[in-house]
Amino acid sequence: MRTDDLIKALDADARSKAMPLSSAWWLATGAAAIIAAVVFLLTIGPRPDFMAAMHTMRFVSKFVFTIVLAVSAFALIRALSTPGAATGRAMAWMMAAPLLVAAAVVLELFAVPEADWGTRLVGSNMMICMGFIPLIGIGPLAIFLWMLRYGAPTRPVLAGAVAGLLAGGLAATFYAAHCFDDSPLFVATWYTIAIAMLALLGALGGRFFVRW
Amino acid sequence: MSGKDEAELSRLMRAAIAGDERAYADFLHRIAALVRGFVRRKIVQGGVDPEDVVQETLLAIHVKRHTWRQDAPVLPWIYAIARFKLIDAFRRRGRRIEIDVDDIAETFAEPETETVSERDINRALDGLSPAQRSVVSAVSVEGRSIGETAAKFGISETAVRVSLHRGLAAIAKRFGQGRFGRE
Repeated sequence: MRTDDLIKALDADARSKAMPLSSAWWLATGAAAIIAAVVFLLTIGPRPDFMAAMHTMRFVSKFVFTIVLAVSAFALIRALSTPGAATGRAMAWMMAAPLLVAAAVVLELFAVPEADWGTRLVGSNMMICMGFIPLIGIGPLAIFLWMLRYGAPTRPVLAGAVAGLLAGGLAATFYAAHCFDDSPLFVATWYTIAIAMLALLGALGGRFFVRW
Repeated sequence: MSGKDEAELSRLMRAAIAGDERAYADFLHRIAALVRGFVRRKIVQGGVDPEDVVQETLLAIHVKRHTWRQDAPVLPWIYAIARFKLIDAFRRRGRRIEIDVDDIAETFAEPETETVSERDINRALDGLSPAQRSVVSAVSVEGRSIGETAAKFGISETAVRVSLHRGLAAIAKRFGQGRFGRE
């Protein structure tokens, strides 16, 4: 087929419509949040003293970390799924959540006697944490990978990993409402491992599933 | 690649998305020329046919045009897609060269039987359902309008549009997966 003939076919299909990618990302993220919420409420649900815990710094700090991660990953994945879009600034913002966690870890090390570091780190919930963050995040991750197929990521593996971070940030936000381990030492260790599992899964999905 | 190009192409693309077919044809012809120049500059060695990459890029631009933000410049978007498709073609070619080594070993006795190189898109077209293939061929190679194609096959214009759209999407998908060669 000559290129001019191909253009005739593309032109005849000019009227076909698809939802703009940026609107689709908002819709998909809303749907992903609903799925995560449903899975969360049907399985573990929030801890009984949720309202009281909201007055403690450590409990609230968990949401700051996870929401900052989710928001920065959302900005980056939108840029990564659009060909030619600048990603530098969004990439730099991805450092925000890890830096906040690192700062909180340092503060915690000063605030807590050395003898207690171990118990704070190990906590009481690490297996639940590593099980439920991926479980809550797997549905959102599937949606985000599907969205990457709808978009046009020129770096599919990186975009897939960021999809995992976005799903992880979202899932960890819900999980944080359940978990009694509020120490930054716990969060920095087990949340990170759980979210990294989703990021790895996302990168694999990007490699094998996101083709265009 | 001047600012004038950018402004004109963005204007045409916006008109095309609003449903102006003439603007879209104009847009596609211009970017075909731009991408052809880009690809020919990049392909210094043989092995990858520049025109195949041009066609894959055009198809990707078409099926992914909802990823362009109307307030963003259009040229970086076009070149990012062209570069992605070019790298894809090199990668695939690398794989195919390995296969060709065996082919050469087998056909060594008669090296004259080399087939005329065929466009990748034709092989992708062969993978469509018969209905989609005949509609896409009628509109492209035979240059018929949607109405003429509908009359030729005795189906509605809507059915023609659906077959055309699905056929093009299927070809683009096969390109994306690199599944149109002689497997």
